[in-house]
Amino acid sequence: MFDQLIKSIFQAEFLFVIIRITAPILFAALAAVISEKAGVANIGLEGMMMITALFGFLFAYWTQSWVVGVLGAILVGIILGLMMGFFSFKLKTDIILSGIAVNMLGAGGTIFLLNMFTGLRGNTGALVSPNILIPTIDIPLINKIPILGDILSGHAILTYLAFIFVFLMRTFLYRTPLGLKMRAVGENPNAASSVGVSVIKMKYIAIAASGALAGMGGAFMSMYYSQGWNQGMVAGRGFIALAAQAMGRGEPVGAMFSSLLFGLAQAMKTKVSGLRGMASYNYLIEMIPYVVTIIGLVFYALSVKLKTRKHQLQPIKE
Amino acid sequence: MDAHEYVVRMENISKIYPNGIAANREVNFSVREGEIHALIGENGAGKSTLMKILFGMEQPTAGKIYLNDQRITLSSPLQAISLGIGMVHQHFMLVPSLTVAENIVLGMAPTTKSGLFIDYKEAVRLTREYSEMYNLFVEPDARVADIAVGMKQKVEILKALVRGARVLILDEPTAVLTTQETAELFQELKNLKDQGFTIIFISHKLKEIKELTDRITIMRAGRSVGVYETASITEQEISRLMVGRDVVLKMDKPEAVPGERVLCVEDLHYVNEWGKKMLDGVSFSVRQGEIVGIAGVEGNGQRELVDILFGLKLPDSGDAMVDGQSLVGLPQARIRTLGVSYVPEDRMTFGIAQTANIEENVISDRYRHKRFNRGPLFNMKSLHDESDRLIMDYAVLCKSRSQEVGMLSGGNIQKVVVAREFSSDPILIIADQPTRGIDVGATELIRNKLVELSRAGMAVLLVSADLNEVMELSDNLIVMYNGQIAGYFDDGQWDDLMMGEYMLGLKRQSDDEIRRACHA
Repeated sequence: MFDQLIKSIFQAEFLFVIIRITAPILFAALAAVISEKAGVANIGLEGMMMITALFGFLFAYWTQSWVVGVLGAILVGIILGLMMGFFSFKLKTDIILSGIAVNMLGAGGTIFLLNMFTGLRGNTGALVSPNILIPTIDIPLINKIPILGDILSGHAILTYLAFIFVFLMRTFLYRTPLGLKMRAVGENPNAASSVGVSVIKMKYIAIAASGALAGMGGAFMSMYYSQGWNQGMVAGRGFIALAAQAMGRGEPVGAMFSSLLFGLAQAMKTKVSGLRGMASYNYLIEMIPYVVTIIGLVFYALSVKLKTRKHQLQPIKE
Repeated sequence: MDAHEYVVRMENISKIYPNGIAANREVNFSVREGEIHALIGENGAGKSTLMKILFGMEQPTAGKIYLNDQRITLSSPLQAISLGIGMVHQHFMLVPSLTVAENIVLGMAPTTKSGLFIDYKEAVRLTREYSEMYNLFVEPDARVADIAVGMKQKVEILKALVRGARVLILDEPTAVLTTQETAELFQELKNLKDQGFTIIFISHKLKEIKELTDRITIMRAGRSVGVYETASITEQEISRLMVGRDVVLKMDKPEAVPGERVLCVEDLHYVNEWGKKMLDGVSFSVRQGEIVGIAGVEGNGQRELVDILFGLKLPDSGDAMVDGQSLVGLPQARIRTLGVSYVPEDRMTFGIAQTANIEENVISDRYRHKRFNRGPLFNMKSLHDESDRLIMDYAVLCKSRSQEVGMLSGGNIQKVVVAREFSSDPILIIADQPTRGIDVGATELIRNKLVELSRAGMAVLLVSADLNEVMELSDNLIVMYNGQIAGYFDDGQWDDLMMGEYMLGLKRQSDDEIRRACHA
């Protein structure tokens, strides 16, 4: 049984699958990174992805254009982000509560909205057509390279975008004046405002960007990964992304590697459940990605603790 | 005197908060161009509020502000900055993970030709240019988290200068500095003065004010009680004007009669996270009925010693025992049940819960006690009695026991801490900078209580950066230098010159002399 598993893992196709599975987690992880950098804990990512996944799909279906779908999902994501910002920064709700509200809206509201707009219940399987799905592209030259071509070429446009964003975000955060201001706001808002940086504005920008990235993740889920919207489709990716952000120490590149780890865990799950005789362990296998998330977080917490154990029993500061 | 001599004039400034508290009442305050002007007053006298108004952080309820004889209204710090007023806050406004240069250009970062990216080289160049021009040495590429407090302060001053400040407000700048850093800062400030800058210097330390400033405005209870040429007024007069009475700077205390050893510290070693040896074989003891003072320039191991004694850090080796029982590795609650009280240096973080009320704060170490409980519920009557008694005993200035502690002035907050810590029948009191940054009245009360408690048989370990305080209060005195005990004095014959030599590492006693600190 194990040699079966090992055989299927050491294949180009497995690595291809990891990248595909990682993409939506990575979008959400980047969304977590950028808001956290500005000191905004966006735990509403799960709900944002659910809602944007639905709207992305609906926009694409109404216009029969995947581009409009993706843009629509981004727009809805930005609106959700600004809404969370408005509740928290203007009306002074706890940001965690606004996040929970968005998550609950995502869980319950989407089914209602789907039914209202299309009369369908639970999923959009009936509406799927090829031109509303995000197309894949073959990268010239690279697709000719054996093995590497099989792994890297033929992904959806958004998959490439996710990985490109990692480096764009790093450049943005560390090389641009806006990024500098954003990091300053996240770390010491008093310092930032004392030199005239608008803390609120930076936070709004960060959570809107966070929403946009969650929107791309949502669109990726409904318009490519699952080929249609269904309830339970996001399956905790928004939360896994928060773990990826933390494990990646809040840095874009770090978050990418943690996302890949979680992608690997998901891919393993698929592989293991495909093995002969594993059908009866279905629920156990389903747990793999989440167990890996927990183990990953435990290791992360331990490493942080080991570093600071002896020296700082630090007070909890606001 | 012509009005135009003044670069800043604040006329009849009043500030009344919505809750009715008047922080400033018709204050007049003017500063001449190119002078160093001291603003002094007890905590809660209104000097911080006045400066916040000048820096646009608060808006006055009434009154006018003139800058170079032009009437101005300030609605934000940004506006003050654009008019050439800069402020160095007591708590630094810096972003630790950014470099010095990034902190300096934050909000006005130079960009490359494309306008998209930060021109970091230019930021560094700008930092160097100002750093050299005003003789304020900083390392542009160092991360702020890694630099010493003295340099952080220079970064703050540079931040203001780069933004075009001509008037600099410094809010208690020496509170966080070592003696050398303070001397350095004074040199730099004098240098800025020579280059035509105007400096407003808020401080509690009379000596510093005498040494540095040209003129002085004294505030009391929200009002200005006088403006003087610094040279023409004595420290005693300033002190009298501040509190409205003569504060006794000399203490008369009865002779100590030391009893059994309560605290024994044996050969403590501690290396910090950057690999620096902070404690290098420290041994001493504190006996019943005596006050042992620890003097030293900050950063010579006192902080780590106290943290270890109250379970906030673990030593690499060595032991500390209270009544024969080791407290290393014990949680704070256990250390307290051994009879140890702790007046922490950082009172806002470790001393109180800011949003809880006075009563909740003073009972926080004893609420489990039988006499405050009736079955599963609190016995409110006895809690109230206890809090009221402590508020009375320690003269906490407040509206009632249910007032939020965070709303009190610094001195009264410290009285709340001390009321709790001194009243729990401890056998050992560790007082870490018990009077730092608080007004003269509260300082006096706390010092008297310390003497009183020690004479009643408690062991007191006093750590203070205020040399006068340790010299006056201590029965026996330990000087720390470089993580070691440099001298132990038990004859009461000490003066600041002599202390200075030990504190700065110019002198060190023989090992035998230092071993006396153990009373073994």
